[in-house]
Amino acid sequence: MTQLQDGCVKPVRGPLVPTSQLTTPQAEAPSIQEVSKMTARVGQEAIDFEANAFIQGVGFQPVKLSDYKGKWIVLCFYPGDFTFV
Amino acid sequence: MAAVAVRYEELKALGVEVLALSTDSRFVHKIWQEQELSKMVSGGVPFPMLSDAGGKIGMVYGVYDEAAGVDIRGRFIIDPDFIIRAMEVLTPEVGRNPDELIRQIKAFQHVRATGEVTPSGWQPGQVTLKPGPALVGKVWEVWKP
Repeated sequence: MTQLQDGCVKPVRGPLVPTSQLTTPQAEAPSIQEVSKMTARVGQEAIDFEANAFIQGVGFQPVKLSDYKGKWIVLCFYPGDFTFV
Repeated sequence: MAAVAVRYEELKALGVEVLALSTDSRFVHKIWQEQELSKMVSGGVPFPMLSDAGGKIGMVYGVYDEAAGVDIRGRFIIDPDFIIRAMEVLTPEVGRNPDELIRQIKAFQHVRATGEVTPSGWQPGQVTLKPGPALVGKVWEVWKP
């Protein structure tokens, strides 16, 4: 397995605000106010995000949703590792 | 999540990429994979396991439970144009049904390819509907629940 360098603490990344809607100049780390204005809805464009990830056979690597544009994507949120269902 | 993982080959054959997300760190994902998931799913969970620490992604997708500090069970289908086609959100006690996930993907792929629409419970090979003036009031002739 390729082991990427990884520190203890990394920015969590998270939702990416479309640059047209930004109230602050930088594209990273939208404020909680900006996040609370964004809502995913069926029939509308998915909200892009980036997150740190573990990938089997790869190791730790950030994943960006829009890198999968052009494919069918299934997002599965679940309550927690080591839970019961 | 493991139930979706065991159907991964089928999903891959449909051209689907799966991303799993919880508020756990990438480190915990790795150990869960090694200690438990790899014993439930041959080879382990094959798709990326993302860390939504702080729940901001869950918040915009409407699945973040602030009181518990976790993302509840939510499943979204996104098409190649990056449009969200389906969402299903459950409180945590009840697991998902991967059969229904796969059925919906097949139905959305059929709709995208043909412009037809699929009635309730549609499975590949079953009758579809061609919306238009000729069908108004005549659905009963071609389809019954």
